[in-house]
Amino acid sequence: MKKIIKLEGLCCANCAAKIEEGVKKLDGVKEASLSFMTQRLVIEAEDGMEDQVVEGARKIADKIEPEAEFKVLR
Amino acid sequence: MTKKQKKMVTRLSASAVFFILALILEKRSAFSWIPFLVAYLFAGYDIPLRACRNITKGDVFDENFLMSVATIGAIIVGSLEEAVAVMLFYQIGELFNDYAVNKSRKSITDLMDINPEYANLLRDGQEEQVDPYEVEVGDTIVIRPGEKVPLDGIVRKGNSTLDTKALTGESMPVEVAEGQAVVSGSINLSGVLEVETTKLFDDSTVSKILELVENASSRKAKAEAFITRFARVYTPIVVVLAVILAVIPPILLGGGWSTWVYRACSFLVVSCPCALVISVPLSFFGGLGAASKNGILMKGSNYLEAVGSLDTVVFDKTGTLTTGQFEVSEISSVRMTREELLELAVLAEHHSNHPIALSIKKAYGKEVDTARIGSVEEISGQGIHAQIEKDGVWRDLYIGNQKLMKACGAVVEQPTALLGTTLYLAETNQYLGAIVISDSIRPDVPKALEGLRRHGVKKLVMLTGDREEVGRKVGESLGLDEVYGNLLPGDKVKKVEELLSKKAPGKTLAFVGDGINDAPVLARADVGIAMGGIGSDAAVEAADVVIMDDEPSKIVDAILIASKTVGIVRQNILFAIGVKVLVLILVALGYASMWAAVFGDVGVSVLAILNAIRALSYKRED
Repeated sequence: MKKIIKLEGLCCANCAAKIEEGVKKLDGVKEASLSFMTQRLVIEAEDGMEDQVVEGARKIADKIEPEAEFKVLR
Repeated sequence: MTKKQKKMVTRLSASAVFFILALILEKRSAFSWIPFLVAYLFAGYDIPLRACRNITKGDVFDENFLMSVATIGAIIVGSLEEAVAVMLFYQIGELFNDYAVNKSRKSITDLMDINPEYANLLRDGQEEQVDPYEVEVGDTIVIRPGEKVPLDGIVRKGNSTLDTKALTGESMPVEVAEGQAVVSGSINLSGVLEVETTKLFDDSTVSKILELVENASSRKAKAEAFITRFARVYTPIVVVLAVILAVIPPILLGGGWSTWVYRACSFLVVSCPCALVISVPLSFFGGLGAASKNGILMKGSNYLEAVGSLDTVVFDKTGTLTTGQFEVSEISSVRMTREELLELAVLAEHHSNHPIALSIKKAYGKEVDTARIGSVEEISGQGIHAQIEKDGVWRDLYIGNQKLMKACGAVVEQPTALLGTTLYLAETNQYLGAIVISDSIRPDVPKALEGLRRHGVKKLVMLTGDREEVGRKVGESLGLDEVYGNLLPGDKVKKVEELLSKKAPGKTLAFVGDGINDAPVLARADVGIAMGGIGSDAAVEAADVVIMDDEPSKIVDAILIASKTVGIVRQNILFAIGVKVLVLILVALGYASMWAAVFGDVGVSVLAILNAIRALSYKRED
């Protein structure tokens, strides 16, 4: 399943790279990509792991860029 | 400017005032440290706070921490002036970054502002404003002037002009009338239209395009991956070097601590990777934006990079180089005028719906008198035998291929045309003439091919399922390098693989098709380019690059945009790394002050961003 998350207010390109790196290492994540410009985090999660993955991503984003608002779009 | 940015401007202005005041007082008063400190706090009171917060969360090497250590270190060794300058300029740089990024984000969103908010659904004669998601296939919707077309459909009532600029980059409005298709995302300009929908909103062009554009930047280019990897090792290395610089030389040389700590602090200022990291995605984003403004949708920055180094371009023939529509291209008559010959053919073919009959009717363009058509007999695999009245006499007319001519005993007096299909006419056993129907080359093609050659494409190839000799003739007239005919879809994949193995190292191969039946080839090429993306889901799905209208010359624009973007990215990477390394060396040797370090951080970042913004602007050459 593909999850799309918007990180509104993401304003540091290096943080974006760090968040992407962190999310990629989460259990149940097949592929992840965070575009600094569109502020969209696209995660390809294994079936059944979606909620866990989104929670994990939320924690990482909050740790690295607490200013950005974490919104699950789809 | 956002509220946050405005607040920052106020803070930085106040900081600057105190900074100048402190500089004036510096030589005259022992208390100049007070305005310096005030200036420092105005500019960056929140930076050390953030650093502390992030350290508790386990994120050590973040820029807040680096800046805090650098400036506090500078204050401790007595370089107040530099400490304030570093903080002030660092914040100005951040503010500028923020502003530039928001600005370019906004310009792209505006560009792609094609999402319709509602649809006027016609239900039992009543109009109702609904969410486009609620409209079913076959429903009727009303579109007024100024409104966006919310779903793909066919005009049932009314006519109007549509602005499709956001979709195709084409600024000429398109005329639509009853029975014609309209594409969602275009804007109705003049008349009221009643449209029967043919797709759900999710499958409509506008949804497909929005999804494509929004996901585009998630496929990253190699340069982007390189720069984030570089940043990951760069910062720790510079920090470690800074620590060594602060400790080892004073121990070895016995003293001079403040000099070396000062140099170490300058190192920390340069160690921030943000300038590097931000300018690369910003450039690619600008390039993708410039492309979509011109009706070229790219599915990722990686494809932008690939299009920038095209070496071989492989075209599909039908529907790509040619229009895919058959038209009468030649009429040769031996006993009457061409017009008369065409008229006879139209009369004989009147009842037929064969594509060839349709193109003859189209070429004639007038209604015929059906009273002049007598009995019509279709001879399978050969043509038509019909009784047609001409000049008051009923004639025994044969129209069809060479076999039919042989069968009726007529002698063909002309050579067969190579290109297209030839239709022969005979009266009883006397040959009358021939009509050649062929696929025509798109008017834009010669310009496109010339442009491709001029911009570095070495090899132009055409693949076709048509007869080899037909392909050759088209290939020769266009000046292509290689032509392969008689290919089944599977053969096309093999040919492309063969060509892929022959291209120069580091270069890429593009396949250009219309998205129909060539999905495997589009996928196999380095870059799959589909033309005529509007309304063709297959093309949008299978291709890496979608050209929204059917002008092959847009590939040239794609190359120009791509090379410009890739060039900017290279300049930024070289410039930023170069300046940073140079500053580090000069600082370590004591030839440069912390001011140079500020330039190495903020100055580089601002210049790189200004350069990146150039990627967004592209003018089509005519």
